[in-house]
This record gives sequence, structure tokens and C-alpha cells, in this order.
Amino acid sequence: MNPFKSVGRWVEDRTGLAATLKPLLKHPVPPNTGWAYVFGSATLTLFIVQVITGVALATAYVPSTESAYTSLQYITHTAALGSMLRGMHYWGASLMVIFVGLHMIRVFLTGAFKFPREMNWLTGVVLLGLTLAMGFSGQLLRWDQNAVWSVVVGAEQAGRTPWIGGAIARFIIGGNTVGAATLSRFFAVHVFLVPGLIFAFIGAHLFLVIRNGISEPPQRGRPVDPKTYRAWYNDMLKRVGRPFWPDAAWRDAVVVLGLIVMLLLLAILRGPPELGKPPDPSIIEAHPRPDWYLLWYFAILALLPHGTESYFIILAPLVIGVSLFLVPLIANRGERSPARRPWAVGSVLVIVTLIGVLTLAGEREPWSPQYNTQPLSAQQIGADSGPVYAGALLFNTKGCQACHAIAGQGGVRGPDLSNVGARLNEQELTWRILNGGYNMPAYGSILTPDELHKLVVFLQSRSADAGE
Amino acid sequence: MSTEHHHSDNEQQISRRQFLSRMSIVLGSIGAAAAGIPVIGFIFEPLLRKPPEVWRTVGLLSDFAVGQTVKVVFEDASPLPWSGVTAKTAAWLRRESDDKFTAYAINCTHLGCPVNWLPKATLFMCPCHGGVFYKDGSVAAGPPPKPLQTYPVRISADKVQIQPSPIPIT
Repeated sequence: MNPFKSVGRWVEDRTGLAATLKPLLKHPVPPNTGWAYVFGSATLTLFIVQVITGVALATAYVPSTESAYTSLQYITHTAALGSMLRGMHYWGASLMVIFVGLHMIRVFLTGAFKFPREMNWLTGVVLLGLTLAMGFSGQLLRWDQNAVWSVVVGAEQAGRTPWIGGAIARFIIGGNTVGAATLSRFFAVHVFLVPGLIFAFIGAHLFLVIRNGISEPPQRGRPVDPKTYRAWYNDMLKRVGRPFWPDAAWRDAVVVLGLIVMLLLLAILRGPPELGKPPDPSIIEAHPRPDWYLLWYFAILALLPHGTESYFIILAPLVIGVSLFLVPLIANRGERSPARRPWAVGSVLVIVTLIGVLTLAGEREPWSPQYNTQPLSAQQIGADSGPVYAGALLFNTKGCQACHAIAGQGGVRGPDLSNVGARLNEQELTWRILNGGYNMPAYGSILTPDELHKLVVFLQSRSADAGE
Repeated sequence: MSTEHHHSDNEQQISRRQFLSRMSIVLGSIGAAAAGIPVIGFIFEPLLRKPPEVWRTVGLLSDFAVGQTVKVVFEDASPLPWSGVTAKTAAWLRRESDDKFTAYAINCTHLGCPVNWLPKATLFMCPCHGGVFYKDGSVAAGPPPKPLQTYPVRISADKVQIQPSPIPIT
């Protein structure tokens, strides 16, 4: 007798492994599920890639504020395949965020969260939150300057919680200042705590997928009625169900392979994000930014009306979380087809557009002062001495140019002043400079009367017909 | 009669099970609490820790000109031994007069990003969301809700000293 076969038979007899797994693999699924059903397994694949590349990175990464930066430099620039591994972990995280989003949109648009799959959705919402928590904590483990300031920004946001905000902020950074304890905390969260929770919730999510069955493709005019749905669904599976393996699983295999190829290409061609300056909080020249998937939130925090952010920081995540939880509880019956659910389609379009536009805004960050911008050249000024020239230099040194561009040079927080001489007269210019505004400092206490005069003369010369 | 006997036996059985299950839950909870208390204590301990009162010398009195604002770098109050460069922190130190200094926290009061000092414009500007402060730390423009926080400063003999303080959570 074949010895492998007899070992296999012994293992099966003592464990019942195949007898347990085979029905899972072969569980019946509705026909014609098609390519829209691959996003869940794609996300799962990406999570597994994250676990494996993460474990590999942990073999070289040192979670100490003294050495983390150096060990990452080693991984990125010296270790064989280190850059590729970091690239896979970074792009894997990015793709995982994207695919969680796609999976969620698909489930929402096709009403797959309705009866009896409400808990599938709810466990999925928790997994979305955990995925973002992994993204944020992972960015911090990069422990460069950007990471240090991201911790501070994160702690400050938590600090806006009423009453216990300060305590939460100190709990997050593990003390009174960002230091050694902070990184160790985030390491424990990113490597043990959150992945453990993700494993548990993926387990529950998959269990529910098997228990409640994969939702059938929606059809117009076939609403979900909790009284009859289960019987109808089971009967449908009996009549026309297909075994998941291989009838539906082959598409997952195709997509998974495509994803892995894409991931490797990104890791090779784009590589991991370069490390910023060292994690020294006394280096002021910083430009803290979240990774791309949180840029939209970064943009919101800049664009909110002043003074409202305390409410927004606390209420927005609460409202988003509660709404996502309520979705399957208040809409668990009725039409599933997107063609009959215009509000569902509309809200997805609005949310995706909003996040897209805000992400672009976060990328451009027009609200940030450009305080390293170069002074205008004599040619741009149209003079190399006199009050106009002196005013142009003041325009740079007094910080005006950090927010106002002239001839395309300078910040974009405030209006472009290339043609301001045609819009505002001397009095108006003086009044605005002295009094400032919502986003502009009042220069009354900063400029001497002579400086103010030169600045106004310079600005008045900025007009298309001034030269004529 | 035999059925009656059987019935009461059953009732006894149920109350015995009820007792055992309740006891198991109580014992399990006690065990979880007993094992959990040191863990929770360890994790929350940083909240209770009071920073030691230390003063760090950031320079000599003669290093600072009156009316100027400069960056000073010093060490946190009680960094862990393996902190490396992360133990460092900075402040914007302004010499108001011969014997008066003000040390502004570098953290913007909006969300904590480090503000830059533009010496000629005499403004602090934040790189994150565009907050601006005047030289006295008051809000000039943008989203910050409060003036820049300050650190305690003192002059000890001919040295200028700052007391490292917790990150200002606004």
C-alpha cells in the first residue's frame, strides 16, 4: 500500500480534518455570482500577505526609539530584498484599504447586508476600523520625524474628548512626552493586539459567510422578506446551487494571482516610502502628513470652520461608526437591487466623491504656508531699487509670500496677488494689511509705517496695466 | 408516587446545575480579574506617573539677545534609558528683557504640529493646517483655538533654565 496514503488515512481518522474542511470548500453558492464577489477573498489574501511580510520585517526591525530608525535604514538600504519587503508591506496595506472599501461598496450597493446577513456587515464594519487602525499604527512604526509628529497629532485629537481627553492622550503616548514608551506601545498594538482582533473578527466574518450563505445576485422586484427569505434561499441552493470550490473559487484564484503580481510590481517599481528625517522632536523643520488613505481626514481638519474641530474630531468618527452600524439594522428588508435603491447609489457616489476630492485637497494642502519660498527676482518685480523693490523684499521676509503668490511664486493659502493693484486701492490695501482677517495675521503691530508704505507701493504696482 | 419522587429529584438536579454553573462563572470572573489587575495596572501606570521637577540648562544668559526668539533644545524630564534622539525636545525661547524670558512650546495648539518662527515677520507659522501666532504666542490666524503654551523658565546664576513639561494637550 502507498505509505503516503496510509499516513493520510491515519491523520484523517484521528483528526477528521478533510471531513470538516471538504464541506466548507464545497458549500453550495448561488449561480452566476461572477466577478463582483471576489473582493472579500482579495482582502483576505492581502491580510495574509501583510501578516507574512510583517513577521519577516519583525525579524530585523527593532522597536526601540534608539534603534528603530537605524534598523529601518538597514532593512531599506542594506538588507537583501529588504526594500522589496517593506514595499510589499506598504503597498499591501494600501491595497488592503482599497479592497476593504471596494468590498464594502459592493456589499452595500447590492444590499447583501440585508436579512439574514446583518452580522456579516457589522463584523465587517469592525474589520474596517481595525484595518485603518493598522494603517495608522503602521505608519508610526516607521518612526521617522513624520511618525513622531503623527503620534502627537493623534494624541491631540484624542485629547479633545471631554473630561478624559488628557488621560486618553497620555495613555496613547505612554507618558507625558513622546518617547521610548510611545513606540513600544504602538508596536504592541500593531503587531499583537490589532492583528489578534483581526484574526478573531475574520474568523467570525467567515463563519457567518458559511452559516448565512453567500448572497445571491440581486434582482429587481425580488425584495428580501425576513419571513420567507431563508426558506426561499435554501430551496434555491438545493435547486441550482453550485459548489464554491471550484465553481466560484476559480475567479478568486485569478484575482488573487493578479493582485500578488500587482503588489510585487508596486514593491519593485515604486518601492517603500522613503524614511523622513530622524525621529528627533527637536527638529522643527517638519511637514507631518498621514499616509494617503487618511489625507482626506487631514484635509477636513484644515478646512473646518475655526473652533469647530473639537466637536468634529469627537462627533465625526462617532457618527460615521454609528451610521455604519445602523445600516443593516434599519434597512434589513426590501429591495436589494441598486436599480431600485437610488438613495444607496447616490450616497455611495457622494461619499466616494467627497473622499476623493478631500484626498486631492490633502495632497495639494493649499492651506499650508510656504515659508521657504524664494523672493521675487528683480525682473519679476520690475525694479531693482526704490520703494517697489524694497516692498517686494518685505513681501517675502514679512511672511506675506508664504500665503500669497505673485507671478506663480509663493503660497496659495490666500488670494494670488499678481494683479492686486488693479483690484484694491491704497486705502483698501493698507486696511487689509493692518487688520488681517480670518486666516491672515494683523500686521499692525509688525510693520513700521515705512515698511507698510513700501509694501503698499509694491502691491499697487502689481497689476496688468501698471507697467503701461 | 414514583413520578413525584422522580420529579423532585429532577428539581434537585436543576438547582444543583444552576449552582454549579453560577459558581463556575463567579470563579472564572475572579480568576480573570485577579490575572487582569496587574496587566491593567501596568498599562495604565503612565497616567498616574508625575513628571519629576527638573530644570534643564539651555544656555548662558549672555547667549540670548533681548527681543530675540530662538530655538532651544533640551532633554525631556525623565526619558527612558533607550530613548535615543526621541528624548530631545525643543522650545522657542524669547528674551523679553534683561531678566525676563518666555519659553513657548513648539506645539501648535490646533493639533500639536511644530510651529516655525519667522524672525523677520515675527510670526510663528504651523506647517500642518496653517495656524499662525504672533511673537507673544497669541493666535494671529488660522484654526488654533488658544495661544501657544509656555514652559516655566528661570535664570539661575548666569544660566537660563527650562522646566521640561508634558506635551500640551489642548
